[in-house]
Amino acid sequence: MSGSAPHGASISKTALNESHRRAGGRMVDFAGWDMPIEYTGIVSEHLAVRTKAGLFDVSHMGEFEFDGPGALPLLQKVTCNDVSRLQNGQAHYSGLMNERGGMVDDLLIHKVADNRYFLCVNAARREADFDWFSRHNDVGASLRNTSDDYTQLAIQGPRALAILQPLTSVNLSAIKYYWFAFGKVLGTECLVARTGYTGEDGFEVYLPVSESGRFWNAFLDAGKPVGLIPCGLGARNTLRLEAGMLLYGHDMNEDVTPLEAGLRFICKLDKVPFLGQDVLLAQSQNGLEHRIVGFEMLDRAIARDDAPVHVGGKLVGKVTSGSHAPFLKRNIGLAMLPAEFAELGQQISIEIRGNLAAAKVVPVPFYRRPKS
Amino acid sequence: MYPANMRYTYQHEWVDIQENVATIGITHHAQEELGDIVFVDMRKPGERVEVGKSCGTVESVKAVSEIYSPVTGAVKELNNDLTANPELINQDPHGKGWMLKVALDGPVDLGKLMTAAQYEIFVQQESGH
Repeated sequence: MSGSAPHGASISKTALNESHRRAGGRMVDFAGWDMPIEYTGIVSEHLAVRTKAGLFDVSHMGEFEFDGPGALPLLQKVTCNDVSRLQNGQAHYSGLMNERGGMVDDLLIHKVADNRYFLCVNAARREADFDWFSRHNDVGASLRNTSDDYTQLAIQGPRALAILQPLTSVNLSAIKYYWFAFGKVLGTECLVARTGYTGEDGFEVYLPVSESGRFWNAFLDAGKPVGLIPCGLGARNTLRLEAGMLLYGHDMNEDVTPLEAGLRFICKLDKVPFLGQDVLLAQSQNGLEHRIVGFEMLDRAIARDDAPVHVGGKLVGKVTSGSHAPFLKRNIGLAMLPAEFAELGQQISIEIRGNLAAAKVVPVPFYRRPKS
Repeated sequence: MYPANMRYTYQHEWVDIQENVATIGITHHAQEELGDIVFVDMRKPGERVEVGKSCGTVESVKAVSEIYSPVTGAVKELNNDLTANPELINQDPHGKGWMLKVALDGPVDLGKLMTAAQYEIFVQQESGH
């Protein structure tokens, strides 16, 4: 979870920085952003999202808007999911690819209308992604980095819909998972998407940055009576890990393919040509040398990011994300392992401060929300 | 906030010395910095601990932290309640959240430990406000 600003760079703040401080947020440097890691505590925030609701300021995430006849061909060329399958008002998760089959970033692509797309990218990758799209834009798409125009609030948890519905004219029940709508929230036109990074039902609301404080306070006030609390990036990380969702820069990077990351479902290998497609096809045909697996600690210990993984006395891989899982009350993680040691039930040893602790490979996700 | 009968280290441990037994824990400030504590791993009874050296680790959801022994001796007893309820350290750091008792080798050099009043100033200075 720790990130740091490049040397000499000034730290960025979202429009809600003062609100976070007033709410008792413990601020940390995350990928060059001064963000709340927790308010009341990671465990209470995590449990609030699993059982009631939580509100996250995720305005550090970047937004791009692509327009014109070139938008679809550009997205098709540099991302691995099939953008041509998206309907208006539908979104999907995808990978921004390089020629080696590695991932420049993971991202959400929303199809607003024909020839019009709205993207959400990682905070630390805003510039790199925009440069990458620009460099491959030989199809004349209009590209705008509108990251500074939006505040993004994620309201997540089983009570998110009930809290948000009275504040908006959008019929939230009519929005399916990974679909979105434009409409008035608190009287202001917003993009409301039924997406999230917690494993719970919920919405991500993209609103004009000028309205940030009013929205933050109104969401908190509306949710407080039913248990909504502000949540920081600490809970966001433990929630996503429990739900088996990956974190860019930890579980994926420019040298990890989406197949190795376990993202087969976003790799549409039969679509039009895209960067890295040949690498993915070869991996698909020949099998993977190594891949991301889920593990659960058997010994009483918590494996942290980058901890070495041993099998049979040999160093074979490393932990890419590891934490205590507050809802499951188990110690879990993701690790990159050779395929021969990646089968379910495989016993592994994780080196933690010089000692080897036993763990085993288990299915991902670790947590799946109950069907409502 | 900080009990006057305890002494304090610069690494935010407290120690309560009664005759030749020292009870050790982490301070209110330390537990606040760590956040929700989910795991405690201490030297076992009978094992040696040495002043200034690690005598175990405490883990919160977000990080792991070494505990440095304020004294030298042999571990006499562990707080076994912390196995099932590590959150006791958050709830009552200077009481029910104690971590271990050490049988002292000899007299403790109190000059190297802070009083409650000194520690309070130290915490304020370290936090920079």
